Amino acid sequence: MRRENGGRIDRGTTLRFTFDGSEYTGHPGDTLASALLANGVRQVATSVKLGRPRGIVSAGGEEPSAVVQIEAPFPEPMLPATTVELYEGLVASSLPGQGRLATEPDPARYDAVHAHCDVLVVGAGPAGLAAARAAAGTGARVILADERSEPGGSLLGTHETITESEPDDVLGPQEVMPGAEWAAATTALLDGLPEVRVLRRTTVIGYYDDNYVVAVERRTNHLGAAAPADVARERVWRIRAKRVVLATGAHERSIAFAGNDLPGVMLAGSARAYANRYGVLPGERAVVFTANDSAYAAAFDLADAGAEIAAIVDVRPAPGAACAAGARERGIEVLTGHVVTAAQGDGQLSSVLAGRLRPEAEAAVGERELAADLLLVSGGWNPVVHLFSQAGGTLRYDEALGTIVPVACRQAVEAAGAAKGVFTLTGCLADGAEAGHRALEAALGTAVSERYTPPRATTETPTAPGTAFWLVPATDYGAHFVDPQRDVTVADVLRATGAGLRSVEHIKRYTTAGTAHDQGKTSGLLTTAIVAHALGASVGELGSTTFRAPYAPVSFAALAGRDRGSLHDPVRVTALHEWHVANGALFENVGQWKRPWYYPREGEDMEAAVLRECAAARQGVAAMDASTLGKIDVIGPDAAELLDRLYTNLMSSLAVGAIRYGVMCRPDGMVFDDGTVIRLAEDHFLVTTTTGNAAAVLDWMEEWLQTEWPTLRVHCTSVTEQWATVALVGPGSREVLAGLAPDLAVSAADFPFMTWREAEIAGLPARVCRISFSGELAYEINVTSWDGLRLWTAIMDTGLVTPYGTETMHVLRAEKGYPIVGQDTDGTVTPQDLGMAWVVSKKKPDFVGKRSFARADTARADRKQLVGLLPEDPGFLLPEGAHLVAGAELPEPPVPTLGHVTSSYRSAALGRTFALALVSGGQGRAGARLYAPVGGVLVPVTVTSHVLYDPEGARRDG
Amino acid sequence: MLLIPCPWCGPREEAEFHYGGQAHVAYPDDPSALSDEEWARYLFFRDNPKGRFAERWSHSAGCRRWFNAVRDTATNEIHAVYRVGEARPVTS
Amino acid sequence: MSPRTPGADLPEHPDRLWSAAEPKSSYDVVIVGGGGHGLATAYYLAKNHGITNVAVLERGWLAGGNMARNTTIIRSNYLWDESAGIYEHALKLWEGLEEELDYPLLFSQRGVLNLAHSLQDVRDSVRRVHANNLNGVDAEWLDPEQVKQVCPIVNISPDVRYPVLGATFQPRAGIAKHDHVAWGLARAAAALGVEFIEHCEVTGLQVRDGRVTGVETTRGTIAAGRVALCAAGHTSVVAATAGIDLPIQSHPLQALVSELLEPVHPTVVMSNAVHVYVSQAHKGELVMGAGIDAANSYRQRGAFHIIERQMAAALELFPVFARAHVLRTWGGVVDVSPDASPIVGLTPVENLYLNCGWGTGGFKATPGVGWCFAHTVANDEPHPLNAPFSLDRFTTGALVDEHGAAAVAH
Repeated sequence: MRRENGGRIDRGTTLRFTFDGSEYTGHPGDTLASALLANGVRQVATSVKLGRPRGIVSAGGEEPSAVVQIEAPFPEPMLPATTVELYEGLVASSLPGQGRLATEPDPARYDAVHAHCDVLVVGAGPAGLAAARAAAGTGARVILADERSEPGGSLLGTHETITESEPDDVLGPQEVMPGAEWAAATTALLDGLPEVRVLRRTTVIGYYDDNYVVAVERRTNHLGAAAPADVARERVWRIRAKRVVLATGAHERSIAFAGNDLPGVMLAGSARAYANRYGVLPGERAVVFTANDSAYAAAFDLADAGAEIAAIVDVRPAPGAACAAGARERGIEVLTGHVVTAAQGDGQLSSVLAGRLRPEAEAAVGERELAADLLLVSGGWNPVVHLFSQAGGTLRYDEALGTIVPVACRQAVEAAGAAKGVFTLTGCLADGAEAGHRALEAALGTAVSERYTPPRATTETPTAPGTAFWLVPATDYGAHFVDPQRDVTVADVLRATGAGLRSVEHIKRYTTAGTAHDQGKTSGLLTTAIVAHALGASVGELGSTTFRAPYAPVSFAALAGRDRGSLHDPVRVTALHEWHVANGALFENVGQWKRPWYYPREGEDMEAAVLRECAAARQGVAAMDASTLGKIDVIGPDAAELLDRLYTNLMSSLAVGAIRYGVMCRPDGMVFDDGTVIRLAEDHFLVTTTTGNAAAVLDWMEEWLQTEWPTLRVHCTSVTEQWATVALVGPGSREVLAGLAPDLAVSAADFPFMTWREAEIAGLPARVCRISFSGELAYEINVTSWDGLRLWTAIMDTGLVTPYGTETMHVLRAEKGYPIVGQDTDGTVTPQDLGMAWVVSKKKPDFVGKRSFARADTARADRKQLVGLLPEDPGFLLPEGAHLVAGAELPEPPVPTLGHVTSSYRSAALGRTFALALVSGGQGRAGARLYAPVGGVLVPVTVTSHVLYDPEGARRDG
Repeated sequence: MLLIPCPWCGPREEAEFHYGGQAHVAYPDDPSALSDEEWARYLFFRDNPKGRFAERWSHSAGCRRWFNAVRDTATNEIHAVYRVGEARPVTS
Repeated sequence: MSPRTPGADLPEHPDRLWSAAEPKSSYDVVIVGGGGHGLATAYYLAKNHGITNVAVLERGWLAGGNMARNTTIIRSNYLWDESAGIYEHALKLWEGLEEELDYPLLFSQRGVLNLAHSLQDVRDSVRRVHANNLNGVDAEWLDPEQVKQVCPIVNISPDVRYPVLGATFQPRAGIAKHDHVAWGLARAAAALGVEFIEHCEVTGLQVRDGRVTGVETTRGTIAAGRVALCAAGHTSVVAATAGIDLPIQSHPLQALVSELLEPVHPTVVMSNAVHVYVSQAHKGELVMGAGIDAANSYRQRGAFHIIERQMAAALELFPVFARAHVLRTWGGVVDVSPDASPIVGLTPVENLYLNCGWGTGGFKATPGVGWCFAHTVANDEPHPLNAPFSLDRFTTGALVDEHGAAAVAH
């Protein structure tokens, strides 16, 4: 029910919203929870297992019960109604413990920013504001993050007033003002300081090593459909702070008694917040059940706001004097030494049973029935120690306070105010200011003499020591809820201990307590206490469980941020890419690159296009964009020595002007990469790598150079992006090249295989390498990337040249038995296995990988070796990945296999299909018949050499 | 995410670095003189202590220099960073 | 009568599990590590070999390490024959385990999809399907449309950075509930006489004349005829006390869960290329794993940027997850071997047996490794299925390299 006045809501503006199909109104400043309570809606969810009605228990993110589904403007599952700011057009519905994902893609944007600061203050309640104030204005960079829409914390939900102890530039001299007003003034001051950033609606969710703190700011959620599309809905703040002050406050906790999950049962401090902050009375006639003084303040505020307080049921023999006086003044009956034995009602609270607390944990009996539609409960307050624990801090159970408090942490962090167990307003303000000042000095590494003197409270929420009271003794614990969101009762905990479990971790897992949406914020310590009760242990002995990130649920999308769509691991394209797109190429992803796969013409499928491209390369002229191959400049007096150590073959003997193919192995002897090495000068090589391994090879060279051979005078630089490379392939390639480069002597004698020349090609300065990955006469023309498209266009403008893609490249090289690292190798293949013993130097005393060739397993004769396969049916295309067996009949599994097909194609040149395969002892099996089980049939194949086309190399060398 | 003090660039985010495992594992002077067991130790066996560990890092998204660090694998605290070729500092 | 609630049909744990024991002075077999592997080994030692004077020593609470922290995926579709052998043996045991242990393990054979995102992924995947079929492991290759039929929420648009070009599917794969598995094994082993000693950290192995004689623990010295190491990420530390160096490195591996959601994801989806593996557990939460932290660490938590990257990759595959929420993240310490395959067998120290290096793949092997390791311990000889996973393969070079391009180790 809405009060007639009061609350931090804009009564002049009405917002319409829908819950479970009914339309309601509220005001800016409301949460969905406060608006529902104002409209008299009590049940907002049903429980996940037992289907019990559930209401609103708290006024914050610790809510253990009222978790709802947002339906519009965009579906979002499982939000506590207490954290949803009301906006026009909000549509929400109650949930049975499971949320619902949208079926449409989320249209919102998300992003992330990095921030560095001297002092990060988490929580803008009294302690946090005082801490930020103490650290601010000194030139130090301060960030103050608070999860609510408005700083002030508990000050917004009470009527407490404060006064400055000495004149202040914000407040002036000795003025008494409401705490909320002080919070607003202090926030305004902080907002005005250039080195201070106040983050509202920002929940710190994680505390990682080296004071790396992650927060999520909800930037447009509260605007509903009016949210601007170009503003990130949520933003992740990655904050690196020199010092952190955790002023995260405390969560009130419940007490286990029968029916404590009924709608209408509410934490006392939260009811107080509804009355004061939102101008809502969550009930008309309330009973208060408490073990401490703080609930009296709630009772008094509600009474003063017009609610009837039927009774205060206090488990203690007597409340603090101020509480007793306050109750007397208001004519509220106080039942000391009493407990609530049951909350009763059909779907919502209608009455409360109270009875005397008996000695020796004897079951309490409800002696008195009090009509009530609201039951305020306070079992005490738990400091919010989650982030302190995440930071690696230790915790202990404080017997006097009856709760868990922070102890010490290796990281540069301290807790302040209620988060460390200080529960008076004056105490929190002073503690916050102290912590802020300490953090400032530690961050700056120097003493700061100026000191902020915080205000003190003129009215205080009474805080005579409470008693740690957890459980109302009963004969049946089946409705004493410990974790209502998981429907865990005291009876469930007793069943777990009865099963033999002794560890709190086991019992939580047995019962699932603490694993729900709130992650046990209000129920965690209560569960531990019930376990202690069941085991006859003390709460302190059992200790606290570890708190894990995130402190509050965080959307997947926020964590993904901008790393989506085209920004998700962005692709690289070559200088020729736009031509490929314009000319209908289909693309293959290779490493980070987009490479043309093939260029289908009208009516062609892949097979037809590739056969045509292959034929062009073997019979005419064809060209491929080879720019993606990695290129590394290796320069220095010891460049040749470095390459000798890394390649299996000798590179130092390469003449300037010449080119050599090389293979690199890992120290375990397995092939790592291959490519050509070009000697540009005595001290200058250009190394090419496979497309996918370019970065890895450069890293490899750097690692060896820097960590093993720092005396070698060599520099390595990636030049992949600097060059555009075109492979010009086919018997007609010399003619085309000659046409484009009239000044270049292109005859076989003038420009032999495995040499390079500088030349002007189509008017562009170029380096031409006579190398071949196709077995044909071929050239690789390199120009600067700027000139790449001009070169390619000039080649295509001759009208003689067919563009081809990676698929054709694969076929051409496979016909020649050239392996592709990563396709015909898998990290278990040596150069010898590939039939390339010739590339392994016998002369060099050592190179990376050499020693491993002598190991027992690498020396085996039956290793898997690269061979060619010809299916006996020349039209049958073996699937790549098919396995090979010896016999014409398959035994029962596991079937012994001899190897597998690594590459398989239709060959225009061979007029048939063929494959490459790794086969056990394959090099000795030429002519043998093996079988490939494919689709339930054993396909006969003949083993051949892996070189199937022009084995003499006449075409390539011609 | 650790804050790693690169000896060349100063403290930088862990995401800028590439990890290189145990430091001070030298490539053998003459691999051919090693037994298979000794060679296997070089290839595959690395210390894995729970506690202080001398390890290699490369500031791969920064200066691209390799360096060594002594880090406690139980706490992730970095006790020292030093350049390749320098002896492991005493970190108590 | 209220409508049926989403949580109504989940089975309860039994009324009786096990009782914690106080350490005796001596046992026939001491198992170091009370995780899934330690419990399974104890169970099969008692059941298959009649060895019941067995203590399982656990430094924390039983099954509170990686057993409590993994993403519970079970499958056997590994590439190499050696791996397929032991994982398929495990899967066959899984298929009868619920009945055998008389415990609701929530073992759900909902299948697993391993996605392929590049043409090489496709080749590697098809290769694995062929290998699996010949090894008697169920496996099929699905094209993108078929992937969509199995898991309708996977984005199969070709216009994304890592398009789904297809997937391998193992229908018999699935998930189980880790706590239930551990507790089911513990209860069954306890019934056969095995003792569980919690909060008992092994600080040293006692070795005399090349033979292990017992363990030193935080709760005193315990003599043992045989000692079996099942300490996962902490194996190096324990083995080092007997002078045994191991080729394993310990790294944090993170996982996370969402809130409870209505069923959207009927299977298990894994993508090696983008490091995503996700299923929706029985209660409705999405369970996801991330990649390992690169640096060695014994901290049971990883770095936040790993989670961020994981989420970005997950949303590319599953756009509908955008507004799901991460409820909890956590980390375990995994022991990674050079070839991403386990090390199971004898050690240079007599009567000391080794089971480690399972990396990110230990949970699915639980009953299989328990069976084989118990055989190894009982007979002082490797079971044929774990013989290929000996420590000396690193000397001969006969690795079982499962992280070549062709397989995912999760």
